[in-house]
Amino acid sequence: MIIQTSGLRKDFTVRRKVGRLRRERHVVSAVDGVDLAVAEGELLGYIGPNGAGKSTTLKMLTGVLTPSGGEVSVCGLAPVPQRTTLARRIGVVFGQRSQLWWDLPLRESFALLRHVYRVPAGDHAARLNRCRALLDLDEFLDTPVRQLSLGQRMRGELTAALLHGPKVLFLDEPTIGLDVLSKQAVRSFLGELDARGDTTIVLTTHDLADIEKLCRRLVVIDHGRVVHDGTLSDLQAAYRSKRRIVADLDAPWPGGTVAGATVERVEADGLRVTLTLDGATAGEVVARLAGEVALRDLSVLEPEIEDVIARLYRAAVPG
Amino acid sequence: MADGPGTRAAYRKLVAAQVRSQTQYRASFLMDLIGSTVLTLIDVVAVFVLFSVNGSLGGFGGREVLLMVGIASFAFPLADLAVGNVEWLPFYVRTGLFDAVLVRPLSSLGQLLAMDFAPRRIGRFVQGLVIYLIALVVAPVDWHAGTAVLAVLAPLAAAVFFGSLFVAGATVAFWWIESGEIAFAFTYGGKDFSTYPATVFGGFFRRLFAYGLGFAFVAYLPALALLGRPDPLGVPTWLHWCSPLVALIAAGLAALFWRTGIRHYRSTGS
Repeated sequence: MIIQTSGLRKDFTVRRKVGRLRRERHVVSAVDGVDLAVAEGELLGYIGPNGAGKSTTLKMLTGVLTPSGGEVSVCGLAPVPQRTTLARRIGVVFGQRSQLWWDLPLRESFALLRHVYRVPAGDHAARLNRCRALLDLDEFLDTPVRQLSLGQRMRGELTAALLHGPKVLFLDEPTIGLDVLSKQAVRSFLGELDARGDTTIVLTTHDLADIEKLCRRLVVIDHGRVVHDGTLSDLQAAYRSKRRIVADLDAPWPGGTVAGATVERVEADGLRVTLTLDGATAGEVVARLAGEVALRDLSVLEPEIEDVIARLYRAAVPG
Repeated sequence: MADGPGTRAAYRKLVAAQVRSQTQYRASFLMDLIGSTVLTLIDVVAVFVLFSVNGSLGGFGGREVLLMVGIASFAFPLADLAVGNVEWLPFYVRTGLFDAVLVRPLSSLGQLLAMDFAPRRIGRFVQGLVIYLIALVVAPVDWHAGTAVLAVLAPLAAAVFFGSLFVAGATVAFWWIESGEIAFAFTYGGKDFSTYPATVFGGFFRRLFAYGLGFAFVAYLPALALLGRPDPLGVPTWLHWCSPLVALIAAGLAALFWRTGIRHYRSTGS
């Protein structure tokens, strides 16, 4: 296991104002006993609502924050005591915290990082060339970082995090706020990196397309605890998300029921009906439907991940 | 700070990058340089005005006090040049930018100092050096091998002492972000204290600043050693030579405080 935690905890003390001068101290557990095991080469999606403890976990894994309790090891190292050794073996992209030099051209940031990480010139050039090709860096390599668009900067950040050939790449919201094209560029770049199999990737995101396209394994946390650990389809099965059939009809829907499905919605003056599958297969329901009404058009909708996640979050709220 | 030629090269590159970024704003860089030079000149004039008015201070002649002024006004800008930029720490802590510092394979303090190196502070440093050299020539120094070594070590030790104060003062930001002014009370206040002979200050205040916080070791006691004079306040002569040791202790404490501070770094949301 390249990443292993058990009972990982982070408590914060917050002072809340009560009355004019008095303040009360509260201890809040941002991360409350997280057990995690990630094998080499995995791509893990670490998701959860705002304030669930995603970033805090990532910061403990990278040696930024000192855990309040529990065990943590990354690449066989203890992140805080062995921070500088670990830093050479991991790459980090924190969406909001730039690793780049604001006033210098992107190219110079990359050159500086070569010295900071002491990367042999040949390896550095090879990795940089790969990123230049895959992320289209050439058009803005000589632009000062402060003048880059967010999408350009994020492509720069990704490159910066990979120039020293890390074993593990941590990404905190890498696609947040990006335009569609940049999102796709980042996503397909990560997909390609994952396919090569020599970098373990841990990704936090709110972007459902990121989750669907990239993450074979999902760990969902809420209120600092892991509430799901498995594949996306496990998640959908566990939270009973259902497939839907949308049918366009020649004549208005006569009403009534269809065995094995529930009528969810009737629209367009009765000419469009949406059914939720309840145990029956799509084929069975379509056959029954065709026996009763004249069908013009049909589509089957897969459960939307928004829906799954929303159910999950609702289920996770402690009662 | 980890050693090795590779690490030193990394810091050198970081400093060079910072100088390059600063010179991008050429006009502002020039204004800074002019401003600091003017300020230092005013400081020097103030010292000479002080002595033209007052021939003796706390039982010490003008040329003897000039030596104390010289050590303090050379050491302080030296410390300010080397580690004064640690005053940016509250900004790094408040914005969470300190995260980016902590994920790089270099000492966090070392990076902060290198990345925010302020070349415009060189002006004050050069002025301080000139004042100290003048003081060494003018003051009645009891020259022998020991004092020659101390003449070199004393301002360096004082700079280490001030530097430790800068670091310790900034470290408070890990717990309490709006801590800047408190730190200034000790750094700038301590600098002003050390510029005068300890004899001019009153009882409790003197005991606290001179011995409790160690400011007597910045300029007063080493100046006594250089001049070969006993302390009118009765501090044993061997202690006059101990400022390098005191500086090392201060640096050790500051480093320890810094390490503790980092463990209390809370970062910011997301």
